[in-house]
Amino acid sequence: MKKLDNFTDTLTKPTLYHRFMKTKLLWFMLIPVIAYFVLFAYIPMVGIWLAFTKFDFRLGLLKSPFIGLKNFDYLFKSGIFGRLLRNTILYNLAFILGGNIVQIICAVFLGEIKNKRFVKISQSIIFLPYFISYVLVGLFSYALFNIDNGVINTILRNLGFVQYNFYLKPQAWPFIIIAVQIWKGLGYGSVVYLSVISGIDQEIYESARIDGATKWQQISYITLPMIKPTFILLVMFNLGNILKGQFQLFYQLIGNNGLLYNVTDIIDTYVYRSLTVNFDIGMGSAAGVFQSVFGCILVLTVNALVKRFNEDLALF
Amino acid sequence: MKTITLQVKPDKGTRTFTLLGYFVMTIITIICFIPFWLIVVASISDEHMVLAEGFKLWPALISFAAYRSIFQGFDSLMKSYLVTILITVIGTVFSLLLTSMTGYVLIRQDFRKRNMVSFFIYFTTLFSGGVIPTYILFVKYLNLKNSLWALILPCLLSPWNIFLMRNFMKSIPYSLIDASKIDGANDWQIYEKVILPLSKAGLATVGLFIALTYWNDWYHASLYITKESLYPLQYLLYRMLSNAEYMKQAAAAGIFLDTVTLPSETLKMATALVVTGPILFLYPFVQRYFIKGIMIGSVKG
Repeated sequence: MKKLDNFTDTLTKPTLYHRFMKTKLLWFMLIPVIAYFVLFAYIPMVGIWLAFTKFDFRLGLLKSPFIGLKNFDYLFKSGIFGRLLRNTILYNLAFILGGNIVQIICAVFLGEIKNKRFVKISQSIIFLPYFISYVLVGLFSYALFNIDNGVINTILRNLGFVQYNFYLKPQAWPFIIIAVQIWKGLGYGSVVYLSVISGIDQEIYESARIDGATKWQQISYITLPMIKPTFILLVMFNLGNILKGQFQLFYQLIGNNGLLYNVTDIIDTYVYRSLTVNFDIGMGSAAGVFQSVFGCILVLTVNALVKRFNEDLALF
Repeated sequence: MKTITLQVKPDKGTRTFTLLGYFVMTIITIICFIPFWLIVVASISDEHMVLAEGFKLWPALISFAAYRSIFQGFDSLMKSYLVTILITVIGTVFSLLLTSMTGYVLIRQDFRKRNMVSFFIYFTTLFSGGVIPTYILFVKYLNLKNSLWALILPCLLSPWNIFLMRNFMKSIPYSLIDASKIDGANDWQIYEKVILPLSKAGLATVGLFIALTYWNDWYHASLYITKESLYPLQYLLYRMLSNAEYMKQAAAAGIFLDTVTLPSETLKMATALVVTGPILFLYPFVQRYFIKGIMIGSVKG
């Protein structure tokens, strides 16, 4: 009998079932979350199939006729795709670099200013744009740039200059869009950098001062190198999303103004339009699939590169 | 007792630098503030003056006519307020519950599959079906067109918020969990009685992020809501602005003018303020939570 007991003992080293039973309550707590991501994130991935069909809303996903790569073919040959890709990538690069640089400048200055009241007021105000909806951002740009009564045109008129109709001028919008995006993210980003700067040991500055380092030297030899890992991390994090535009920003500033598409259309706005205006599900899906697949490959590549360069900076 | 600090006289470079800092930050602060100022001024300007001379940074003639007409057409605005408050409250409560539960499970070191679950969640940010399949799922298969659930569900859980919450909870000493287990508390009791009360700051931060997402959302309404009584505030504002633009173009083309009255310029601005109001009002109180939250969230976890 004793022998048998020993025998069963060796059999009951924690099996999958036992391990599950030990943490079953934790698994139960995760059920709604797992169900949510399966339903709203993983199941839509099956919808990639859409890009290879001639989608008919009544027939649904599985019964719509399969047409292979034709949607991609149309998309690439239509001539739209090149500009979508160019705009998406260039805007995102400008957002990432421009945004981070302005945020760092603000953080360095705010960290330097000793008047706490000034810092607090300034920080509150530059953080304010982060809180408002893109609809309101769209209204702001309307109030600034529209031809009839926009502030800029009012000022131009009062000074005796010719009015400038922004909504007809494609060349003006890259600057406006980039400026607005930097404006909206400034508060958030500068807080991130400020938190890094305030974490730097003050003694380092102290000894640099004793060695006779000027302010500029302290900034360029201490502060900026200390910020570098955060900068690289944030840039990397955003590089992975480089094929995803800031849909709300573009849509609220430009809307369906076809005159400006050449310089303002990005993959996201194209996909949205193909769903709500043109009802071109096939080509829209094809663009979406391209975005997702290449975005994913890009994140993995960038991550792998950074990992080789510096293990600690990699995302995963 | 007075502490004596030895003040080294700042050298010339430092003073120039500080002055430059004040100068640059003042300009940036003003740039950030001007649009808000502009909307406030425009909303209390006299309509005729705006049409004749354009928006100004200082009202030539003050008039509250726009606010009066908002309160005359109060019905649709009130309905939208109700919709927005409803989805914000329901969404934030459920989201916080689920987000904090997940965060808690993911910090449990005895939960062996936590890395697998983390990756399961993170992967959705890496790769997604995209807008169109999601739209078809919602409309054709879940039948959620013109349902408030179509506004609540898409923003309910975000991987980013889950990881932010997990990072917060990681700062709670793990020995508390072990001690509670020895005292005989089960996994749920530990979550409810130990972890939640200690995560108040994290709950406040993430809760504010979620509430802001719901309050500012117009996008999902534009996809799924066609019934005017279900418009959330931001979408109502968006419809008002984009329709006005459309009508203006139509009027310029001579299509119609008499049958419709365009919302006046000042009315647009006043509506925008009423719609954004609660955020601007709450802003000074919640801002410090955001700053704290970002500072903790920015630490890689």
